[in-house]
This record gives sequence, structure tokens and C-alpha cells, in this order.
Amino acid sequence: MNPDMLVPLLAAAVQSGTPILFATLGEIFTERSGILNLGVEGIMLVGALAAFLTAKVTGSPVLGFLAGGLFGAALAGVHGLVCLTFLGNQVVSGLALTILGTGLANYLGTPYVGQEAPGFKVFALPLLSKVPLLGPILFNQDPLVYTSYLIPPLLWVFLHYTRWGLGLRAVGEYPDAALAAGLRVKGYRWVGVLAGGWLMGFGGAYLSLAYTHLWTNGLSAGRGWIAVALVIFAFWRPWRALVGAYLFGGVMAFQFRLQASGTNLPSSLLLMLPYALTIGVLVFSSWKGKGDEAPAALGINIEPSE
Amino acid sequence: MIGLRVHKRREPLGWGSFLVFLAAIVLSLAICSLLLAIQGKPALSALSLLIKSAFFSAWAVEDCLVKSVPIFLCSLGVAIAFRLQVWNIGAEGQFALGAVGATWMALTFPELPWYALLPAMLAMASIAGGLWGLVPALLKIRLRVNEIIVTLMLNYIAILFLDYLVYGRWKDPASFGFPMTPEFSAGGVVGTIGASRLNWGIAVCIAAGLAMWIFLRFTRLGFELKAGGENPRAARYARLSYDRLVILVMVLSGMLAGWAGFLEASANLNRLQSSIMAGYGYTAIVVAWLARLNPLMIAVAAFLLAGLRVGLEALQLDLQVPAAFGEIMEGLILLTVLAGGFFTRYRLALRRKT
Repeated sequence: MNPDMLVPLLAAAVQSGTPILFATLGEIFTERSGILNLGVEGIMLVGALAAFLTAKVTGSPVLGFLAGGLFGAALAGVHGLVCLTFLGNQVVSGLALTILGTGLANYLGTPYVGQEAPGFKVFALPLLSKVPLLGPILFNQDPLVYTSYLIPPLLWVFLHYTRWGLGLRAVGEYPDAALAAGLRVKGYRWVGVLAGGWLMGFGGAYLSLAYTHLWTNGLSAGRGWIAVALVIFAFWRPWRALVGAYLFGGVMAFQFRLQASGTNLPSSLLLMLPYALTIGVLVFSSWKGKGDEAPAALGINIEPSE
Repeated sequence: MIGLRVHKRREPLGWGSFLVFLAAIVLSLAICSLLLAIQGKPALSALSLLIKSAFFSAWAVEDCLVKSVPIFLCSLGVAIAFRLQVWNIGAEGQFALGAVGATWMALTFPELPWYALLPAMLAMASIAGGLWGLVPALLKIRLRVNEIIVTLMLNYIAILFLDYLVYGRWKDPASFGFPMTPEFSAGGVVGTIGASRLNWGIAVCIAAGLAMWIFLRFTRLGFELKAGGENPRAARYARLSYDRLVILVMVLSGMLAGWAGFLEASANLNRLQSSIMAGYGYTAIVVAWLARLNPLMIAVAAFLLAGLRVGLEALQLDLQVPAAFGEIMEGLILLTVLAGGFFTRYRLALRRKT
């Protein structure tokens, strides 16, 4: 393959990887606080629809993007309510959230199928986009992609170099000790759930505002679940999420191009690629990892004392 | 200041838990009516139409029973895995593979009489569905790979594989481009009971449900399953062979969902087509959890959620409510019941904050 073909493919990989990146970072944040949220798929869909409708009504893609995050956080708040306030099973609540979110997006979105909304367009960054090779791949994208570049470093600094980040991690690892040390465990977990949901909503918003500019039902097509898998692949570290998200973005872009080029391979078999790769990535992570990278209290509710 | 303090209940709540359950259902119905109102539909009459057209005629009840069959079988399988706290979300894919396996038999040996073909189809559905359960089980015990994501990804793959077959390889040349296989021969069709529209799948359900109940209640293995689920670590150290239990429940789970796929293709559609994937595998998860993994309660919950689907068809026709409304209801009911579980496990007491 010559660079003339490779550069557009890699640029497309970054673009298709961006919604997955947002969602993966959101799930990392939530899981670091000890809450497992399997509702990512549903949250992304609701975020995508909220963003689409807001952009359509107000004419402002920026407001749309923010609305995507807000509604993502709101739906994640339902998970918080069930798991943190009512101590429900986190796995089941997350699954229910995915069913609910998928239903909500399809139900409220059906009248708008095929309609367009103002979205984000490619905006080449001056100077940076002229850097050979990296420029056209990383800096000839839409503004949301640039926004997504900022989040892994911010998350990393927050988690490792601030008191609140330390508190959040402590709550995810040793909630009893954190409680004994006077930390507000539930408060931290609420922040983990809501801020994580906000990022997942951003991921969905990216799909409807930048990836496509029109509404179709089932827009996320399993990306939420891929994000859940990538958290494991990333060993719960923001930087590694970048690698995973762009890997999947690359596979999706490659599959899309192969389909468009009129290959003889049946499209249904091609579409299997990202899902099969997800299993492959999980197997790889389990083989590579020692298995104890997950936050120790992940998925475990804090039971009230007698 | 006065605040609330949460205490663990020492005794189960008894009838109170039924009231909590009812309250949860009412709450989710209230939210649903709100959603109907948002789209300008008459909320109350829509809900009464939903219930009436689901349960208030013999024809409707028959419909509910027919739809309960795949939900019940998938849910029974899901429940047995959940008992061990193995999160099999893959009923949807195992259902698809079961349907594919049975269809392969029916299309390959169309000349066989029913007493040979139907058992062969059932066997093939068991193998295909069971295999789709075995893969995540092996990955889980050998490599500690998370079964939730693997089973979910296998759902996507199985559905795409089914599509690949019905859009290509197995497509009926006389189907005018519709993605479906040719109709099964008479020997490959599970018949109806007497003059009703119920098929013999109901008998399969009753047999499977009874077998499961006996298994869980009266056999050592069934007991181990419970012990293993309540405390996986203890079971492992007690040499109850947790790994084997995982394989057992996942294969069993896959087989049951595979049977559902076989029955749906053979008895209801008489062929394989992509519309066979109606989300029964996901509804089954809701049913299993609502029924607290108890076989008899699963039958009741499967019937009720089948009723939701039947009633929804009337809403779609009469009020143009999108089909996705059913998913909203399922998700809401599960969430509210899950949250309601809090009041059955804990009690609240007033306390004075200092």
C-alpha cells in the first residue's frame, strides 16, 4: 500500500475511532470509581439523538454536542439512582439501561429517520496540519476530534495528580478504607457515574453530528459494547484507550472502504470484523494482563452497616 | 436534623415484596404514559388498549402463548447461567445459531419423514446453540475473558451469519428477492395442537421447565449450582469444580436458546428469514430477572412479556406507536423492579443526625 492510500485510511481511522474513544474514556472514569456501567450502548444512542435534535432545532452543532453529553449524564444518572441509591445489581441495571436507551432513541428518533442536522465540518489546523504524515492524519479533522485529544491527558492528570482523582481511585479500590478515611464514597461514585455518562453522551453526539450528519436508528451499532471491552484492553488507563479506539476505528474504516470498493465478500461477513476483533482483543488482554488491573471494588455495591 | 438510616432486613418481606413489585410496575407504566403523551398519543386509552388486546380474548391469549415459547426457553437458559452468576447475555445469538442448525438439517434432508427429521433438527439446534454457549465458557475458564462482552459480540456475529445465509447462500430463488430460505418440507414443520394455533413447542416448554425444576431442587448438581453461584470462591475451594459448572450451564443455556430458534423457524415461520430475530434473547434476560430465576415464575413472566409484545402490535396498528416502545417498557420495568428490590432487602429507619 502506498502512502497516498494509507494517509486517508489512517485519517478515517482517527475519525471512526473518536466516538469509541469518548465512550471508552467515559467508562474508564466510571469504572475507576468502582461502578460498572454496561449501559454505554444505550447512553450513546440517547446522546446521539439528543445532540441531533438539539442541533436541528437550535441550528448550533456546539449546543447539540453539549446536549448529547447532558442527556448521556442524565441516563447514566438513572444507573446511579438504581445502583447507588437503591443498591441494585450493577450488571442487570446496565443491561436494562441499554435496553431502555436503545428503545428511547428508536422511539423518539423514528420520525426523524433520514433527516439532516447541522454538524461539524473538517477544519484543518493551521501549521499543524502541514506537518508531514502526522498533519493530514491527526490535524485535518473536525473540531470534536481535537476536543477528544485533550481528554486522555486531562483524565490522566486528574486521576494521578489531584486529590480528587486520588479519592476517586481509592473509592474504586478500597471503599471501606476510603470511608474510614472520611471520604464521601457515594459522592465520588456519583461523580464517576455522571461524568462518565457525560463522556459517553459525547461519543454518541459525535456519531450524529460529525460521523454522519443525519439520523438513522441504531446508529451506534455496538460501539458502546466495544468501548466496554476496550476498557479492559486499556487496563483502565486513559492513554491505552487511544490505541484501542483508533485500532477499532481503523478496522471500521477499512471495512467501509472495502465494501465501497465493490469487493466480492458479502457485506454481512465484513460487518463481523469489529465484533470478532473485540473478542480477539479481550483474549489478548487476558493473556497479556495478570488479571488484577481492574479496580478491586468494581461492580460491588457498598452495603449499609447493620 | 432528622435523616434516614438504612438497615438490612433480617426476615424476608413476604407479601410486602409483592406490593413493592406492583408499585414498580405502576411507576414504569406512568413513565410510559408520559412518553406516549410526548408524542401526542392518548396515554390512558393506549395503555388500556395494550392490555385489552393482549389478554382479553381467546385469540390474543393464544398469540401470547405462541410468543411465550421462545421467550420461556431462552429465559430458562439464561436463568440457569445467572444462578451461577455467569452472565450469559448471548441467548439472542444462541437462538440464531439454533435456528440456523435446524434449518441446515431441514434443507439438507427434506425427504426425511417428520419422526426422523424433527429430532435431527432438534439435535442440530442443540449442537449449534450449545457450541455458541461453549465458546464463551471456555474463554472464561481458561483465560478469564469476560463472558458478558464475548456473548454479546457473539450475538452480533450470529445475527450477521444468519443474514449472510438468508441473503445469499440459502436464499429461496422464488422469494422475489426477500431474504428467506425456501419453505421447509412437511416433515420439518412442528405442527399445531388440534385446531388451535398453539404448536407442540408448548409441550417442549413444559417438559424443559419441569426438568429444570426437578434438577434444581432434587439433584446434587442442581444444589452445587446454587452453592457455586452464591459463593463462587467457596465453591471452588470446596472442589465443586466451578469450571465444569460454568461449561455445563453455558452449554445448557445455549441448547435451550437453540431449541427456541428451532421451534420459531420450524413451527412459526416454516423457514429461516432474517425477521426471526425479534429480540427474544434480550427479553429473556428481563424475564429471568423479574422471575428471580425461578422456573415457574419464568413461565408467568414470559407470558406477561409476550403479552406486552402482542398488545404492542395493536398499538402499532391503531395508534402508530413505534415498535421501540416495547423496549422502553421492558427496560423501565426491569429498572424499577431492580430499584424496588431495595425495599425488600432493607428497611429505613428515622434517626437524628447530630
